[in-house]
Parts: sequence; structure tokens; C-alpha cells
Amino acid sequence: MNGNGRTKLVLGYGTCGIAAGAAAVKEALERELSAGKYDLELDIAGCMGFCFREPIVEVHYPEGRSVVYGDLTPKKVPQLLEAVSAGEVLEDWVVRRSDDPTAGEGDFLANQHRIVLRNCGNINPESIDEYIAVGGYEAARKALTTMTPEQIIDEVSRSGLRGRGGAGFPTGTKWGFARKAKGDQKYLVCNADEGDPGAFMDRSVLEGDPHAVIEGMIIAGYAIGASQGYIYCRAEYPLALKRLEKAIAACRERGFLGERIFGTDWNFDIKIKKGAGAFVCGEETALIASIEGKRGMPRPRPPFPANEGLWGKPTNINNVETLAAVPWIIANGGDKYAELGTEKSKGTKVFCLAGKVRRSGLAEVPMGYTLRQVIFDVGGGVREGKEFKAVQLGGPSGGCLPASLLDTPVDYEAITATGAIMGSGGMIVADSSTCMVDLARYFLSFTQAESCGKCVPCRLGTKRMLEILTRICEGKGEPEDLERLEILAADIKAASLCALGGTAPNPVLTTLRYFRNEYEDHIFNHKCTAGVCPALITVRINREICTGCGACAKICPVGAISGEKKEPHFIDPEVCIRCKLCLSRCPEEAIYAE
Amino acid sequence: MEGETCKCSQRFADVDDLGPLQEILERYRGEKGALIPLLQDTQEAYGYLDERIMRALAKGAGYQLSQLYGVATFYTQFRLQPIGEHLIRVCHGTACHVAGAELISEEIHNILGIRDGETTPDRKFTVESVMCVGACSLSPIMIVDEDTHGKLKPANVRKVLKKYMGESGEKEE
Repeated sequence: MNGNGRTKLVLGYGTCGIAAGAAAVKEALERELSAGKYDLELDIAGCMGFCFREPIVEVHYPEGRSVVYGDLTPKKVPQLLEAVSAGEVLEDWVVRRSDDPTAGEGDFLANQHRIVLRNCGNINPESIDEYIAVGGYEAARKALTTMTPEQIIDEVSRSGLRGRGGAGFPTGTKWGFARKAKGDQKYLVCNADEGDPGAFMDRSVLEGDPHAVIEGMIIAGYAIGASQGYIYCRAEYPLALKRLEKAIAACRERGFLGERIFGTDWNFDIKIKKGAGAFVCGEETALIASIEGKRGMPRPRPPFPANEGLWGKPTNINNVETLAAVPWIIANGGDKYAELGTEKSKGTKVFCLAGKVRRSGLAEVPMGYTLRQVIFDVGGGVREGKEFKAVQLGGPSGGCLPASLLDTPVDYEAITATGAIMGSGGMIVADSSTCMVDLARYFLSFTQAESCGKCVPCRLGTKRMLEILTRICEGKGEPEDLERLEILAADIKAASLCALGGTAPNPVLTTLRYFRNEYEDHIFNHKCTAGVCPALITVRINREICTGCGACAKICPVGAISGEKKEPHFIDPEVCIRCKLCLSRCPEEAIYAE
Repeated sequence: MEGETCKCSQRFADVDDLGPLQEILERYRGEKGALIPLLQDTQEAYGYLDERIMRALAKGAGYQLSQLYGVATFYTQFRLQPIGEHLIRVCHGTACHVAGAELISEEIHNILGIRDGETTPDRKFTVESVMCVGACSLSPIMIVDEDTHGKLKPANVRKVLKKYMGESGEKEE
């Protein structure tokens, strides 16, 4: 990475890094370095995936080895710079050492296989030269100057790449449809409307390696015969948008976008469209309506976008992760990609580990890895040594799987068989403090609010399901409610117009299947064992532990807590509204909900 | 965070001043399907989509007012009411939900008396529940203006908000 013989510090500068304080660390680094005392270089990169230790700096030594440090603050910067210049390693701060994979959290990366994230965290995403230095745009050059569109489609088909947005449709086949469609103008759209709560892999790729997505688009555009590309990106991702704009401008300057690309007679350009916040726009036909400036509502298919898409023209839509894998496939060959994975799911998949997992961050693993390998070997298991309860896959369209299914491989068909879906890659780990009924209610409230309202099963069906789930959480559930939920779910799945409605019941169905006892506890025993649903819990103070500091009484919004100073306090259950604010206030953790 | 922090009083154009709107109309003149970017830029300039501005926009860009209203009410990004001096966004993505985002919203209600979409009577704060901001490793999160406050505990919310409660609206760094 470093050719000029100087040691280089690379600061992780993605959204999560900045949110964790990377901007202040950058300022401190710049201030210290500008004094001229150290002979060190500073650069930025996108997210390395170690989100759990942000802000992060990777130190690249001239001889090729590197050390990653985490949890940095401006105060730690002088000590860091002193140590780096003296050639010392600050063992306590180490997240990863390239020369010792067992140090720090080294196994987080050692257990991954990075293709889509190959450059994330390694190059400056705002520099086209750094992307070119690692072989960037060579795949596009190769495709446009030495391959026919059919050969490219064939190569992608051979790789076995399937749509990473969630549906898993074979990418080569999809391109083939668009290639064969008749039309004077065709369009290529990159779907970067990552609306799943709990998923941030597309954002990380766009922020960390925007050129990979653009290069994938150049190749895809040429393969299907589309001269105009669009990137439909959430407005909630300002940094991704900024880096995309910069990358597109740099490409136009170099002649990678525009007219006569790479000296061929092929023209291709990209426009960015900012989404305005609607989950349903992840659906292809809704996304198209949104680009056209309309309400983002899906329409029945056929006609499929490949024949009648944007402005009525043949349109091919691919997800960010899919497109970012394309340059690697063209450069290394489809067969090489297909070496990884299972019989029907090839290559790698990026997951966003979050929730109660110890190492939350980006995990790219070969298909075929088990959920256990992803959560425990890469993610380090459950936080604070607690017991694993469930993993939620695929966001509001996906499902919750219990510990007994942890050996399910990451494979489209195997995951679908459990009732969950591969989805875009959100992976939320839950422990005993998560109520599965509440989680199902949470997802349903999301899909219900995001339903566009066009078709009745989704618009009214999700509403009725939400009402039932809400009353179960409020302790007013009826014995027949579980059956009602199952009947409604089956109807919504069968009759909804698009995938939003078609998959909306999944979180409810999977929790009913694997955590039915929790529903029954809520309905028959009026108990929420996780201590989450306010109507079904009692908040108590353990008199053995309470020191009588009075902090809880001060924060209680309804004055339910009383007690003499330095004596154990008491919560009046008649007054308590079970908001649990006192739980977070108690320094002794003497307060609990049951 | 990055860039300059703008002075809140001059943050948005006055809704009686149609100058910025004219500029925006020029920017997209002749562009197909530009309604959403038109509304986005207008909201960025004025802070919200005021009825008078919407009427002028419809006329200037050749849309029916109903078309504008239909699109503006479909997407969560658009708001038809002005916001307070400070915008508090509480993330309610899955990771934040599991980490107790509900309690954060509840404590904001205890302190400021406002819930999702509401503004304090003194126009100091507006609170919004937002979907995943993609910084799940820091959950639960609340973003005040441009500053992200992660790994929050309900008990710390008051301390965070105090920074923004000063008379001048100046932020403590």
C-alpha cells in the first residue's frame, strides 16, 4: 500500500466511524502532524468493518505490515503518534496485527473472505488513483475492449452470482433478458435504497469503495446495451452520496464515463437520484416510479422492467453489492467466483452484524458458512457472555431463527426453508432481554407504516395483524389470536401485489413457529419473560443491593419511588408506569423488571 | 461534525422570499421526472414545504398542486410544517429498538413534552423518530442537528439535550 518508504496512518472515515468520533480524532491527528515533529502520512478510508471498535486507525509500515488500533480519542492521539514513530506497538489498543492474526480481534477478519469489501478500509474512497493502483477499472477496460456483451453475460452466469438485494435472482440471466429486450434506449439502475432497518452493507460499500460500484455499472451497462445508468440512493446517506458524486466526476475526467469509453465507440454515463424515504422503493417497479418523479408504488408484473421499465424502456436493476462483485468476477473469472459457496449459492455474502453480538460490524463470508460461524467465529458471540436467543435475518421481510437452527448454512434455499430469507444481509442478534413478540410487533409496525396502500391485503392485512400483536403485548391477547395471525399471514402472503406485503408476515410466522411459548406466556400467563412489554412486567428494587442513593427517585417521571436516604428504596407498583428509566439510572443495577 | 455549523436563525430562507424557489426551478427546467429533486431542494432551502411555496412551485414547474401534495405526503423525507431550532432524530432501526430506543423517545417526552413529529411551543426542538441511520454498532442513537450521540442511556438524555438548551442556541463543542 505504501511505496514511498514512509509510515502511513489510515483513519476509518465512514458514517459509523464519524458518528463514533472520527472527525475529532482526524482533527487531532492533523494538528499534531502539522507541527512537523513526525515523519508520518495521514489518509482516510471507508469502513473496515470493525464498527465495534470505532474510531479506528490502521498504521501501515513501509515494510508492508500493518497494525489496527481502535477506540481512539483525540486525547490518545499524541501517545499513538509517539509510539508509531518509535516503531513500538501499543499492545492494549491493538484490534488487529497483520503479522499476528491471533492478536486483538484478528480472528474477526481472519474468518472472513472479502471480495465485495476487498477495498473497503484499504483505499481512500475519494481518490480514483488509489482505486486504479489496486487494479481498478482494469476489469471494465478488459470487458469493453476484449469481450462481447454476450461473453460478459456468460462469464457472470458462470460465476453463479445472484441478486444480493434479497431475492437472489441469477444476475447473468437477468442481464440476458435486458440484453435481448428490444428498445432504442435501455437503462441500468443501481438500487442503493437500503431501507432495511439494521442493514448497512450497501452504505459501507458506497462510502468505502464507490468506484467498484461504478465499474460494475460500466460493465453491466455495456453488457445489456444501456447507455444511461442511474444510482437510486437514500437521501439519509449523505456521505455515500458525496463520495459517489466525487467518484463520478473523477471518472468523467478520466474518460471512464461519458463518450467513447476506453477508446471504444461505447458511451455510458451515470446520474444520481436521491430517494426520499420510502421502504417500498426497494421494490423494482416502485423504484422506477420514484425515479420518474411519482409516488413510489409498485405495479403488477409482467411486464417486467427488463421489457418495460423506466420511462417504458427496457431497464435492468441490480443491487449495490451485486454490482460491486462484478469487476472482481470479470478480472478473476466466473469459475474462480463459483469455487466459493454451495451448489446453488455461489461466492460471498456481506452481513451486517448488530444487536447483542459482541463484535458488530461488517462480515463478508463465503456462502455455505453456517450462521454459527458468522455469529460466533466472526462476531465473537453474544455480548457480556449472555446466552444466544435468536438471530433476525433479512429485516422486516425476514425471520427470527432460534439456537437450534444455528447450523443452517448461508445459502438462499437453506435459509428460505427455515421461513426466514437471506434478505439484503441484516443480522441482528438477540439475547434473553429481547421479547420475540415485541420484536415481531416492531417489524409489523414498520411494514404497516411503509405499506404504500395500493393493495388491500397489505394495507389492511398488516394493520389487522399489528392490532392483534399490539393487544398481545398489552396483555389483552385472546386465545384465538394465534390462529387469527396465521390465517391473516397466509392471506397476505398469497394475495399481496409486491414483495413488501408478500414477505411482511415472515417475522410473525417465524416467531410463532420457533418462539410460540412466548406468545402463549403473554396471552395465558400475562407474562413477558424478557421483561420488555410494559403492561406485563413489574419493576422492583432489590433491597439487598440498593444503597439508597436516590438517583432512581430523581429520574422517575411519576414519583413512584420513595425511601429514606441511604436506605433501600421502594417502587409503588400502583403509581409506576414501567418506563424503566430508573433501570438505566441505577449505579448498582439493583433495579430489575420481571 | 464535518463542515461548518450554520447559524440556526439564518438556516432557511423566508417563505415570503420566492428568490430561492426561482433558482431551484431554473436548475431543473426541462428535466424529465424532476419532481422529487424539486421538492428536496425546496425543502432544503426553506426547511419545510409551506403551502404558498408549494403553490408557486406547482405553477412554476407545470404540475397540479395535488400531484405535489401526493408526492410530498408519500415520502417520509418531506414535511409540511416548520421545524424547531434543533432537530432531534431518534433512530428506531432494529438494532436501536433492541437496545431500547423506545426508552430514549420516552425520556425525551418526559423532558421536552413532545413526541414523534412534534415541536416544542418555544420552537426550540422538534423530535422525529427515524428509521435506521446505519450506525448500528453505536445503538441506541440519537442525532441532534448534525451531532450523533451513540450508546445512549435514557438517563443521559437530559445531559445531552442541555447542550442545546442555551438561550443563544449556540452549541457547546
